[in-house]
Amino acid sequence: MLAHRPAGPVTYNHMVVGVRERHGTDRLFHALADATRRDIVERTIQAEYSVSALGRLYPMSFAAVQKHVRVLADADLVTKRRQGREQLVSGNVDALRRASQVLDAYEELWRRRMGRFGEILAEDSEGAGE
Amino acid sequence: MSVTRLEKDRAALTMTVVAEFETSVQRAWRLWADPRQLERWWGPPTYPATFVEHDLTPGGSMRYYMTGPEGEKHGGWWRVLAVEPPHRIEVEDGFADGEGNPNPGMPTTTFTVTLEELAGPRTRITIVSRFPSAEAMDQLTDMGMDEGITAAVGQIDDILGEDAA
Repeated sequence: MLAHRPAGPVTYNHMVVGVRERHGTDRLFHALADATRRDIVERTIQAEYSVSALGRLYPMSFAAVQKHVRVLADADLVTKRRQGREQLVSGNVDALRRASQVLDAYEELWRRRMGRFGEILAEDSEGAGE
Repeated sequence: MSVTRLEKDRAALTMTVVAEFETSVQRAWRLWADPRQLERWWGPPTYPATFVEHDLTPGGSMRYYMTGPEGEKHGGWWRVLAVEPPHRIEVEDGFADGEGNPNPGMPTTTFTVTLEELAGPRTRITIVSRFPSAEAMDQLTDMGMDEGITAAVGQIDDILGEDAA
């Protein structure tokens, strides 16, 4: 659970870390919120593509595809490297794993709610009754 | 641990939480139906919830805010779609500003709560959250973390301490 978050006793530090990481998460989900960008990530995880090869895959301008790649790179979902005149793009599996961990965090929200729910019931039954 | 099953279905855009408690259905229902009891568990200890409106009737509305450690307020609202005391609640759940005004820029979820009495007395609560789209699921997942998890990470030991007391 939340493996990307360091554990420790100081809440204030968690908050600071949390805020900084949240900006990264916003970028991550913004990047994944577009079907073309998700397709680029899926393809480039399996094989390295040049930006121009990607540009031929979608019914949009080369500049638009370039922009999608830039958004993905900013979110760390892909990395670019230059080879001669080509820009080669490969997907970043770790960043995708992180997206799945964020979903785990939503689960954790409900898990904690139900944990507190149980605590209240336990406190009641320990007392003199209702 | 009270949660007995937890499933995410990314294709169906649902998340199911099943939890069981050693209590009657009537008692468990009051933790939803009584706003003072609901606010004891809805928000994490560092972001306690305050329900300023709580009308658990069909078509009724709920408004709440959670207060952070710096005094900042995160608002939310529910629109009650269906209620069958003490067995079922269906609500649309959305975000609001600190004054409780709904935030139209944020997607909403629908969740259904079902309470079943088992022998014991024991109550099984099943909560099914439905996300309107994959994008919304991602966005709300992120918000869920924003509202609760980030703050709660440092509180694990406190919660465990409360249990032992």
